[in-house]
Amino acid sequence: MLRCLHSIPGLLAALVVSFMAITGAVLSLQPLVERVFAPAGNEMSVATLVDRVLAHQPQTESVVRSASGAVTAYVANLGIGIDPVTGASLGPVEHSALFTFFTELHRSLFLGDGGRVVAGVAAVAMVILATSGIALLINRMGGWKQLFATARGTLSQRLHVELARLAVICLLLSAMTGVYLTLVTFGIVSDGGQGFGFPPYGSGEMPAPIASLSALQEVPISDLRSIILPMADDTQDVFTVTTSAGTGYVDQASGALLDFTPNAPMQTLYEAIYTLHTGQGYWWLGVLLGLASLAVPVLMITGTLIWLRRRTSMPRMPCDAGWRKADTVILVGSESNTTWSFAATLRTALAKNGHAVHVAPMNGLRASYPSASRVLVLAATYGNGTAPANANRFIERLARFQGTGIDYAVLGFGDRKFRHFCAYAETVEHAMAAHGLKPITGFEPIDRQSAQAFGQWGRRLGAAMGETLELLHQPTQPKTQSYKLIERHDYGIEVQAPTVLLRFAIPAAPSWTQALKSRLGLDGFFAGDLAGIMPPTDPIPRYYSIASRSADGILEICVRKLRGGVCSDYLFGLRPGDSVEAFVRPNPDFRPDTGCQPLILIGAGAGVAPLVGFVRANSRHRPVYLFSGGRDPSSDFLYREELKAQLDAGRLTRLFAVFSRVMGGRYVQHRLLDEAEQLRSLVRQGARFMVCGSAAMGDGVRASLDNVLAPLDLSVERLQSAGRYAEDVY
Amino acid sequence: MKKFLAILLLGTALVAPVAAYARDVTIQGQMSSYRGPEAYLAVYLAKPDGSYDSTLYVAGRKSRYYRDLSGWARLAARDATLSLDGITGASIGSGKSFSINLSLADALIDAGYTIHIDSAVEHQGSAADDVVLALDSGQSGSAQSGQGFIGSASVNM
Ligand SMILES: Cc1cc2nc3c(=O)[nH]c(=O)nc-3n(C[C@H](O)[C@H](O)[C@H](O)COP(=O)(O)OP(=O)(O)OC[C@H]3O[C@@H](n4cnc5c(N)ncnc54)[C@H](O)[C@@H]3O)c2cc1C
Ligand SMILES: Cc1cc2nc3c(=O)[nH]c(=O)nc-3n(C[C@H](O)[C@H](O)[C@H](O)COP(=O)(O)O)c2cc1C
Repeated sequence: MLRCLHSIPGLLAALVVSFMAITGAVLSLQPLVERVFAPAGNEMSVATLVDRVLAHQPQTESVVRSASGAVTAYVANLGIGIDPVTGASLGPVEHSALFTFFTELHRSLFLGDGGRVVAGVAAVAMVILATSGIALLINRMGGWKQLFATARGTLSQRLHVELARLAVICLLLSAMTGVYLTLVTFGIVSDGGQGFGFPPYGSGEMPAPIASLSALQEVPISDLRSIILPMADDTQDVFTVTTSAGTGYVDQASGALLDFTPNAPMQTLYEAIYTLHTGQGYWWLGVLLGLASLAVPVLMITGTLIWLRRRTSMPRMPCDAGWRKADTVILVGSESNTTWSFAATLRTALAKNGHAVHVAPMNGLRASYPSASRVLVLAATYGNGTAPANANRFIERLARFQGTGIDYAVLGFGDRKFRHFCAYAETVEHAMAAHGLKPITGFEPIDRQSAQAFGQWGRRLGAAMGETLELLHQPTQPKTQSYKLIERHDYGIEVQAPTVLLRFAIPAAPSWTQALKSRLGLDGFFAGDLAGIMPPTDPIPRYYSIASRSADGILEICVRKLRGGVCSDYLFGLRPGDSVEAFVRPNPDFRPDTGCQPLILIGAGAGVAPLVGFVRANSRHRPVYLFSGGRDPSSDFLYREELKAQLDAGRLTRLFAVFSRVMGGRYVQHRLLDEAEQLRSLVRQGARFMVCGSAAMGDGVRASLDNVLAPLDLSVERLQSAGRYAEDVY
Repeated sequence: MKKFLAILLLGTALVAPVAAYARDVTIQGQMSSYRGPEAYLAVYLAKPDGSYDSTLYVAGRKSRYYRDLSGWARLAARDATLSLDGITGASIGSGKSFSINLSLADALIDAGYTIHIDSAVEHQGSAADDVVLALDSGQSGSAQSGQGFIGSASVNM
């Protein structure tokens, strides 16, 4: 709901809002420009000012002081700049054609009232976007306190969040004041204007010298907005003086204040809001608002990309019953969206049986579901048995869940290859039971998206619910492209660790949208991203860490051959000229940060590949230390020549290559212990760790590093939560 | 082309109890390209001796800006019979043309009366007697150029 509120008006209004923001940003420079050119302020009285002006410009009809302090005398419709200190003319006032043009563009798009309506609608859209955005951000970050935690995700997501956080308060200010000004323009809200008050008659006696008029002597020019002088030959005419406090009339002869109408509270409010919107007279506010406005087009582009990515990757759930009406709630914990497609199958089958179904991410768990009698949780497991990103706050939210009368079932999605098979789903199962909810059927783990296991679970669930539930799951296939192998290098055959380095050509973009995307660098990949390869005999892709980046023009991976493995065996059989069906998946959490603190890379076997990719990209010569592991340098020293060259080029600071099948052989995790002292000193400098390779190696590395870190009162876990330890283990 | 219809039954100028005595008069004009917000205009009638007679039309809806039309505002302040109801319309943008339809008593035509138009634009000042047009049927349709924000105007009778 919140997300819809944020994305639908966002997309519709994106162009107009951006247009308003850009024109507004230009206008925001006006207070600054005026400030630069405004004469020095002065504490003289209006009487003195007008006296001096008239000495130089006897024909003056009115004198206006702008918010920036600039004084203009009008002789008919000719504006003459005035130096308030001397009253001397500074020459005709040239109204900046640029600002005048942009003011009209911003207010009405040169379309009259129609344009003003458009501007007002854009302001309303901006208010909705800013408020729903703040709410989404709080949701995403896990509460107010985390609001300023480091943003994660793809480049678009991070940019969107970071910029939004910087700009949102100013944007909200601009938008809300803009809505108010529109309402005033159309008379829906009063600006408190007094209406047309005719000036009263003066005494008609002989006019006294202006400098002697007492009421004008009492007003300092800092309070002056404008003064209209009496007509030359009309002794009954009066001075009309508008100040920040109101409008008054002053007799030409006696200098008495004949009448004064103070500003109504609504007018004071109007002027305050006008100032807040335009920054007029407050150049720093103008600059601040302008900078924030510049974020809007970027937010629009990144927002659209995020929306597009979500739309294309997440199966759509049409006709959702909504959380209030649903009798069955399906909660999904998914990282790469395959679990969503299982949820879609389940939803369709339940709806066919007449259920009102609501589907949401696990983090979207509400405090209660008024009509629901069951909650079905479909949870994948990631990393070391941890939650996917869209489920990482589920347990915390469950504590506040009122589930009386609600039964539950948890279905785990995972991969038996991982040590903690379906561990997160099990955690959820226990938490739900501990929360006092009643299970419908027992916990069920699904290995590698098995459609058969899913179907069996469906039958058991249906039986427990007293109905027939047929779950026929067709796995949704990711969109693949044909990648042609151009080069292969074999290693490790002699030491029974066959590993192959494969270089594929990147296929030409098939459609213009993709061509555009690659032009803009939007579909590009970096070292550490994942290549999903479809083995011809199995519908489930296998993921391989990429060592190259799209800018290199090739896709490079390293594959360790697994005994009995389907995909690795297939890849080993490839010859240059053969093609594979593959796709690229971003892996934004496994990318070096942009800092300049030391980077410590640890990997063994094929896991070294993405790390070498990071070294290649280290053009800024940040200190990089690489711990690489293999069996025998004569057989499986991956990237040997290249790493030597990178050391010479300064992209790699030190290389610790470790081999296990040589005299005194050892594993990377042992080598870490040897270098404990140096590692600690690097950690003190703010070093960041990145680990890639087998799960067994990953565990060994964690254990070693915990030892290394203990004297510093640190642990891998603490580094990890500080964003200084990233791993990609499989 | 903007059309404003003002039905006027005010002041001494408009003796129109019987339609036969009234004449349809159109003021047509063209704003200059002064680049800026829309202009406020005050259109009023002056007697043969040049003194103020009555207000015919005011373009611009926010009455608190009327005092910027300071020349007219001073004269109109003396006009106890003035009511602005029904004789105001929208302000007029830079470069736009305008047309104001009036119904004036026959007796005013060719009797030395003049129509004065004052103009004012936010932050750009005002022009009293931007254009002065004679109610002279011999000059019907001949354009006068303006001194301020009005490019030119003519009166057709
Ligand atoms: C994020 C990530 C990055 C990766 N990066 C790389 C990389 O850079 N290089 C690399 O070489 N690999 C990498 N992998 C591993 C890779 O994706 C594959 O898992 C690996 O190549 C094995 O796939 P396979 O098809 O050859 O084996 P599979 O056919 O998937 O079999 C894998 C193992 O499980 C056993 N097995 C299969 N099915 C079952 C079953 N039903 N029950 C029990 N055991 C079973 C097999 O006998 C075999 O031992 C990565 C994995 C992930 C998740
Ligand atoms: C980087 C990574 C780590 C994983 N870690 C585990 C794990 O620790 N335990 C497990 O059972 N499955 C693990 N898996 C397997 C996923 O849980 C499984 O593929 C699941 O079906 C993915 O669902 P999703 O596409 O909805 O995210 C991991 C997969 C990846 C890519």
